[in-house]
Amino acid sequence: MEVLVASAIGVLTAAGIYMILRLRTFPVVVGMSLLSYAVNVFLFASGRLVVNEPPILRDGVTSYTDPIPQALVLTAIVISFGMTAVAVMLALGAFIEAGDDRIDLDAQEDEQ
Amino acid sequence: MSPALIAALPFLGAALPSLLIRTGRNNAAGVSAVITGLALLGLLLHLPTTLAGGVVETRIDWLPWLGLNLNFWIDGLGMLFATMILGIGLLVILYARYYLSNKDPVGQFYTYLLLFQGAMVGIVLSDNILLLLVFWELTSLTSFLLIGYWKHLPAGRQGARMALTVTGLGGLSMIAGMLILGQIAGSYDISEILRHKDAIQASPLYIPALLLILGGAFTKSAQFPFHFWLPHAMAAPTPVSAYLHSATMVKAGLFLMARLWPVLSGTPEWFYIVSTVGLITMLIAAYIAIFKHDMKALLAFSTVSHLGLITFMLGLGTQAGALAAVFHIINHATFKAALFMSAGIVDHEAGTRDLTRVGGLRKLMPITFAISTIAALSMAGIPFFNGFLSKEMMLEAAAHTVWLDNYWIVPAMATLAALLSATYAFRFIHHAFFGEVATDLPKTPHDPPMGMWLSPAFLVVLVLAIGIFPMAVAGPYVQMATNAVVGGGYHMHPLKIWHGFTPALYMSAIAVLGGILFLTAHGPCQRVWDRMPRPEAKVMFDWVVGRVQLGADRLTQGLYTGAMARYLMLFALAAVGAGLYAFSTGSMGPQTRALTPVNGAAVTAWILLLTATMCIVAFHHNRILALVLISIVGLIVSISFVYLSAPDLAMTQISVEVVTAVLMLLALNFLPKVTKIESSRFKISFDVCIAVIGGVAVAGLIYALMTRDFAFPPMSGYMLENSYNLAGGDNVVNVILVDFRGYDTYGEITVLGIAALVIFALTEALLQGASSRKLIAWRPDVARGGDKHPLLLLVATRVMMPIALVVGLFIFLRGHNLPGGGFIAGLIVAIALVMQYMASGFAWTQARQKVYYHVLIASGVLVAGITGAGAFFGGLPFLTSNFGYVKLPGLDKFELATAAGFDLGVFLGVVGSVMLALGGLSRLARRAAMGEHDGEEGAHIAAEKPEARVLAPLSAGPYPPEAKVPRRWWRTARAAREATTAERDAVHANKIKTQEEDH
Repeated sequence: MEVLVASAIGVLTAAGIYMILRLRTFPVVVGMSLLSYAVNVFLFASGRLVVNEPPILRDGVTSYTDPIPQALVLTAIVISFGMTAVAVMLALGAFIEAGDDRIDLDAQEDEQ
Repeated sequence: MSPALIAALPFLGAALPSLLIRTGRNNAAGVSAVITGLALLGLLLHLPTTLAGGVVETRIDWLPWLGLNLNFWIDGLGMLFATMILGIGLLVILYARYYLSNKDPVGQFYTYLLLFQGAMVGIVLSDNILLLLVFWELTSLTSFLLIGYWKHLPAGRQGARMALTVTGLGGLSMIAGMLILGQIAGSYDISEILRHKDAIQASPLYIPALLLILGGAFTKSAQFPFHFWLPHAMAAPTPVSAYLHSATMVKAGLFLMARLWPVLSGTPEWFYIVSTVGLITMLIAAYIAIFKHDMKALLAFSTVSHLGLITFMLGLGTQAGALAAVFHIINHATFKAALFMSAGIVDHEAGTRDLTRVGGLRKLMPITFAISTIAALSMAGIPFFNGFLSKEMMLEAAAHTVWLDNYWIVPAMATLAALLSATYAFRFIHHAFFGEVATDLPKTPHDPPMGMWLSPAFLVVLVLAIGIFPMAVAGPYVQMATNAVVGGGYHMHPLKIWHGFTPALYMSAIAVLGGILFLTAHGPCQRVWDRMPRPEAKVMFDWVVGRVQLGADRLTQGLYTGAMARYLMLFALAAVGAGLYAFSTGSMGPQTRALTPVNGAAVTAWILLLTATMCIVAFHHNRILALVLISIVGLIVSISFVYLSAPDLAMTQISVEVVTAVLMLLALNFLPKVTKIESSRFKISFDVCIAVIGGVAVAGLIYALMTRDFAFPPMSGYMLENSYNLAGGDNVVNVILVDFRGYDTYGEITVLGIAALVIFALTEALLQGASSRKLIAWRPDVARGGDKHPLLLLVATRVMMPIALVVGLFIFLRGHNLPGGGFIAGLIVAIALVMQYMASGFAWTQARQKVYYHVLIASGVLVAGITGAGAFFGGLPFLTSNFGYVKLPGLDKFELATAAGFDLGVFLGVVGSVMLALGGLSRLARRAAMGEHDGEEGAHIAAEKPEARVLAPLSAGPYPPEAKVPRRWWRTARAAREATTAERDAVHANKIKTQEEDH
């Protein structure tokens, strides 16, 4: 399981990095979303993987998974929505104002 | 009065003059004088103690772990300086009342003056070098305000900037030096540092500390080669010059050298650096002063010269030198303040202070003449004036100074400097007050009102009193301060005018006679001087500043190229590099956790996730496809959370997926639907390399982490154990959010709210001006679906709405004990609302919206805050929750926790933020749709904002009633009905009118 999760995080990160290096706003926003997934799962996984032991207290159960990474990731998910929304809005504003969705100020850079 | 209060008084009272200026200048000046007088009185009450060699202290802990404490003390040296600062401050306040004109902002002047005064008193009374540094920087800042007081004069602004740059840079150097000093001594308290002379001088860091501290002192006290700022600061009003350059600002550097004299002086380094710099400054500045025509410029260079004299004396490192320095500090303050004020009077009454224009003023301004002459003779070093006494001491000390085995160079230079000093003093009197009576002056000069000459008159009385009865008038003060400078145990010989035929007397005689001779030859010498090329400090300063600015610009442009992809690439590589460094320098334990077994479902999900991610990379040019694919990724992540024991996360993730998808679709409405392929193969392969490096690094790190146990027992144990006992909740994640880590959550809903408001503000900006016109002109680049509001969807969402709300309520209520809570419930309700918008359109939904989303955000944050603050009533810290069990008839026993109130705040904040963010995007879409359809359909969109109707003449048709959007924060149902009725009437009237026209 650990191998699957680690490789999934790695692939999400790599895809995210590749996408944020694109030159248009939309792929960059997509890349940020992918990176958000990667980071959230990373944080969650730092509490170690546990199956079938949710941190809901029940009588007679003594073993639970680590709740702290979950609490951290829960707010991170919501905040990353806020961040994505702001980024999307900025991208949109820039596109409407400039008629162009390039992210680089330097036109030469785009020609690469 | 406590020393801390004495330093604080000017700051506390600083606002008063600015407030009282409306009641007249006298009141502003009066209140400043009262504040200063109070501080002076409080200070002088401690005089008996300090005269007896005692010290008065106040110690208040501020940041004890940093060694930064509000420690104040009044010792002999502090007493001397504080008396001068407050005493001359009082005289300057009086003088400025008459000097400044009605047009000047006098209230501001006194406020700045008091702030500056407080900073100066703070410096001299601090017993902590870090505190002293704070006040030191404050003097730089407040003197900037004072020097640039006449904002309309470019010279004033430039002079202020130059003073701030030079003294500010010196201050930086001093901070470094002081920190080193404190490190060596093991304490930042001055009284403690002064006990560690041997340790400090033996330290290898002594030289760096000395150089850095002297950098601060020399810049502040305008020592060569940093002297150039002082003459440029003369653009300030004369009261400022009189205050800054006689008793305060420039003396701060001297004060610092005197303060640290016991630990820093006595080494060859100290002697050669300090005394040589002082001597050179004294000589050069005196020479330049002779050729200045502006009375204030002459006085400015003479000030630099006298500061050099005092520095020179302190640099000798002998008790005689310290005595001469202290005595000259007093004498210079008295005669120089009087001279500046006299120059100001001449300027004020004659309209010019150019020595080549004024002349013969002794007949027109007898009082000013008398005051100036006494002060200038003291400056020249004539017997029976106080300047003579300290100058004699200087010459006497110089006569016994050996410099690099040379016996004559220091006495000769000192005598020469004294000679030049006498020359410019004589010239000041002779050219201004003697000779032909000038007739072509801008104003006819006469003596000023008494209020203006009273201050300098008082000072010259002191000049004479000290000059004639030195021991009786100044003796105890000089003894007290010198004793403090040399570190105690000092017994002064009585101050006398006549010491017999000493070398100093001969040197003094040469200086005075030479001065008179030089003055007779002044004319030709001036012509030579005028023709001589000489370095102009301001030009060099401006050149350096210009170069630095250019360099900074180039650096900024080099780093900030606007190529975002490059920054992100560097960021990614730097992050990997930092991790690699940590990995290579740290150590890693063996694998301790067994791998969790894998089943078929997990592998399937893994394959799906990987495929979707790879497809995003490969097909991201088709943006809608990319959106679909990213939703797959989100779904798999949610499912994984379910499998891996995180039901709360799964619910949050899946709800966020929905709103994110809506958000992205709304954005894609405007953005191009395809990304052009424009990266070169090289860039693509390069980016792939970076991406793979990053991915491998992260995967490796998390794999290593997951296969090892926690290095330390995690905090979770505590939370799991106490979740029920302390917070009354079974769902530990929710309890952490609303209780254990409530502060974090509180911050997070605030941030979320701010993000939503940012989006709202951006929308507002886009709905105005050019971008609004672009939106109206915008045409969709893909074909629209046939049915705008499909009936099936409409009915379904209407039916779903109450159910969704009940589900939201249920999720909210159970959150404390089962998966759920404010975040998830907020998202679910937001989705329910979004569905209404999608099915029925923005206008329909908006018209039925009773509360603005801004209000929801604000009330969310407020409710959470108030619930948290409720804990104060129980005497508990912020956000401490309480709970109890309630039994209502007919229901089971249930729990009521204050945390539920907090969770309600979270819920409201999330609903408001999500809706406001999405609403912003749909408002853009509505504005764009305005140009899309002419006539009726566009019309109901145009009603969204009043100005939109003006912008869109197309939409002249009637507005459907539901298009009305509330413009106030709150809208009562009645007001809504009224508005609707009014519009219906208008539409009806319009129709009738049209029909009539048709007929």
